[in-house]
Amino acid sequence: MSLLSNLINGISLGSVYAIIALGYTMVYGIAKMLNFAHGDVIMVGAYICFFATQNFGLHPVVGALLAMVVCTALGVVIERLAYKPLRQAPSLAVLITAIGVSYFLQNSALLLWKSDPKVFPTFFSFPDKATGEMKTGISLFDGGLTITYVAIFTVLMCVIIMVGLTLFTGKTKMGKAMRACSEDKGAAQLMGIDVNFTISMTFAIGSALAAIAGVLLCSSYQTLMPTTGSLPGIKAFTAAVFGGIGSIPGAFLGGILLGVIEIFAKAFNTQISDAVVFAVLIVVLLVKPTGLLGKTIHEKV
Amino acid sequence: MAKKFEKPKMVPVPSHSIVPERDLGKLPVLECQHLGIDFGGLTAVNEFNITIGPSEIAGLIGPNGAGKTTVFNLLTKVYQPTRGTILLNGKDTHGMNTAQVNQAGIARTFQNIRLFNNLSVEDNVKIGLHNQIRYPMWDGILRLPKYWKQEKLAHESALELLSIFGMQDLASHEAGSLPYGAQRRLEIVRALATNPSLLLLDEPAAGMNPSETAELMENIVKIRDTFHIAIMLIEHDMSLVMGICEGICVLNFGQIIAKGTAEEIQANPKVIEAYLGSQKKGGGKR
Amino acid sequence: MKQLTPSRKKLVNNSITYGIVIIAYIIIQILNAGGMISPAIQGQLVPICAYITMAISLNLVVGFSGELSLGHAGFMSVGAFSGVVVSLSLQQAIPSGPVRLAVAMLVGAVLAGLAGFIVGVPVLRLQGDYLAIVTLAFGEIIKNIINILYVGVDENGLRFSIANEMALGLGEGGRAILKGPMGVTTNVKLSSFTAGFILVLIALTVVLNLVNSRAGRAVMALRDNRIAAESVGIQVTKYKLMAFVTSAVLAGAAGALYAMNYSSIAAKKFDFNTSILVLVFVVLGGLGNIRGSIVAAAFLTVLPEFLRKLNLDQYRMLVYAIVLILVMLATNNESSRIFFSSLRQKLFGSFKRKGGAR
Repeated sequence: MSLLSNLINGISLGSVYAIIALGYTMVYGIAKMLNFAHGDVIMVGAYICFFATQNFGLHPVVGALLAMVVCTALGVVIERLAYKPLRQAPSLAVLITAIGVSYFLQNSALLLWKSDPKVFPTFFSFPDKATGEMKTGISLFDGGLTITYVAIFTVLMCVIIMVGLTLFTGKTKMGKAMRACSEDKGAAQLMGIDVNFTISMTFAIGSALAAIAGVLLCSSYQTLMPTTGSLPGIKAFTAAVFGGIGSIPGAFLGGILLGVIEIFAKAFNTQISDAVVFAVLIVVLLVKPTGLLGKTIHEKV
Repeated sequence: MAKKFEKPKMVPVPSHSIVPERDLGKLPVLECQHLGIDFGGLTAVNEFNITIGPSEIAGLIGPNGAGKTTVFNLLTKVYQPTRGTILLNGKDTHGMNTAQVNQAGIARTFQNIRLFNNLSVEDNVKIGLHNQIRYPMWDGILRLPKYWKQEKLAHESALELLSIFGMQDLASHEAGSLPYGAQRRLEIVRALATNPSLLLLDEPAAGMNPSETAELMENIVKIRDTFHIAIMLIEHDMSLVMGICEGICVLNFGQIIAKGTAEEIQANPKVIEAYLGSQKKGGGKR
Repeated sequence: MKQLTPSRKKLVNNSITYGIVIIAYIIIQILNAGGMISPAIQGQLVPICAYITMAISLNLVVGFSGELSLGHAGFMSVGAFSGVVVSLSLQQAIPSGPVRLAVAMLVGAVLAGLAGFIVGVPVLRLQGDYLAIVTLAFGEIIKNIINILYVGVDENGLRFSIANEMALGLGEGGRAILKGPMGVTTNVKLSSFTAGFILVLIALTVVLNLVNSRAGRAVMALRDNRIAAESVGIQVTKYKLMAFVTSAVLAGAAGALYAMNYSSIAAKKFDFNTSILVLVFVVLGGLGNIRGSIVAAAFLTVLPEFLRKLNLDQYRMLVYAIVLILVMLATNNESSRIFFSSLRQKLFGSFKRKGGAR
């Protein structure tokens, strides 16, 4: 039974990683940069939702939507101010700038919202039909296994986002523009695609996803601090690489697998769960150097 | 100064060898048997058989996309061959990587110039001398006498090699800042620094004007004569190929369609077809 | 201006770098003797030396070898804890502090080098961002392993465990040195500014001499054009690994120096953020620019202290972040770079910067 419960928890956590990783992978695919500030956008999203619901008494859905709007704006602004001027710069310079942005967001949050952890409310509790008491999950096997509503919702959300993104990049005009930009920005520009707008759009989508991930992550784990986003950010980056960075199904697969591995490793030994996760990543990359679903690129000689 | 170059007699046609007469009976520098590579389902090169004599200048020609550069990449193990053997000075290069093949005697230049752009011209040549003038890493870190002795030697050798093309005055320039022609020449110098027995030149005359090409032709022959090496070159400039190549091999769609001397190649109907297209399909005469 | 040959120019350039380090040491020693350095800065002297060494060593990998490493703190950690274990277990055998520090740094360096070799063999098969993420992964793994490691010493020698302190089964008179997540709590401080200065000089000599030698040229050739380098007979793995291990060795020594400056230290000090911190020094100082690494490491380590002095304590990390972003934008944006270079030309005449080894 604990096996099944671990599996469910793993898939739920993995879904959060997958949502973050989707944002990571899209930005990487198009801007070819590791956006280290992505994890901190998650944290901002969670704070916005927290204050919207706790201080202003808004409905959680409205709170989440507000978080998405704020994060989208934040993502676009960050891209415009910090990354756009570095379009031609070496990738390391962009990486360091992204780290700077990450520090900036974390420390701004520290000043604005202080370092004490906020207890994030459980949005996903519904009254039981029979007894009328509030429950946070479905009990199965006489209480032997509890599946929380938030877990179910997270997994559903993740699948919807994954399918939505696949359709978006595959079918729509904007999606095609994005794929064109990820292949060759110069050629895309010559074909009349507004590259800057496309990149902004990518950051907007990535940041909106980060906001959703932030709300879901904090609904599951219920603590919120200025540093809440950084470790999930790194893990999601790992997940994206794990699945093959730049690939949407890869990010999904990588996220889920990473979540499951982490939960099982935690069940085995909490202190070295991260080590196990990273060890699996290393093994995967050694066997398949471009990740599970990544494309191998041949260098033209 | 180089000897006046004379066209040698070729081996009789049936063998389809392109080794000049003077190299017969000597161990060939290169012998490829049934060499081929597939990329996925696509056969890029197939049944590539060639023998090159130890002092020969050979040409590899063919239309764009025929697989010429792929042959060079196979010989230098940038790509691992799918099948066939490569004998270098009689030794099988199976299982060697690019660096080992170079140590065994093949040096090359690249179609799209690949210099160490951030380093000086002299350093580029010194890197070519990597396996010729050696000393352990520790002697370098601790600046032991061997370091000074070998570095002096490397410096002198580099300048001497650069003087082949009269480039010794450019030694301190950054390689990436050189004009195009000088970059091509530097690549040849760097390749020569590795002391090869076979030099592969990938489109050495690309982007050169006729007088530069003429000078290059002289230099290629001079290099062969001073270093006593074999040279194989890919080139689209037919005046260069027909002018200095003793044996020519024509490649189309990854297959050898003709081998022989310049005269034989020029008269070969298959070659004409490959370059100009089939008369039947193509319609009007050109 | 007189034209200098490249080797001459390198010599002059390197001499300036050595000169800066030596003069800075002398000035600080004089100021220190005159009691003109605040205790806060004084406490930073050894860490600054350790970070400078880290930056020099990471520049070898990132700047000269061209591989992005995000786990350099891992090697610092290996050096730090092996150094501390050696120092504490040899307390009776080697009574002299400086000698024990030297031995500790040496052992730390060797073990970090070994770790570098173990990590490098698989890692260097990968390229680009994949290599970066795997170095990050190894850095985290090293941190996690040291976090659960218990080491004790008794008359029978060293004892190891990954369970808890009791599992060490220490005999009479034995004591635990490394206690898992708590780290080392009973360290004897041995580091001094002079030791740090010597380490910086050693790191500087090793890296500058290496870079201007046969092996160093091979490393830079692989960075500039891997396929061309292979085509002239340079073995990729050998030289990439050599640069990586040399860098890990120096990081290990820096780690030992750093750890010996504190009476207690835990594994979480050497996490991802520390790796990033050192990377920031390297990138801000300029890839392949050793002097830049030194200046950036010293400046950025002292910067938060200065901000503290200016009563900007709570804003110091925010200011740090803004400085970081602005410097990156100013130095890497095309239009601002043109502005700066024209400014420089106006100020210093026609001064042309050369690439490659500086």
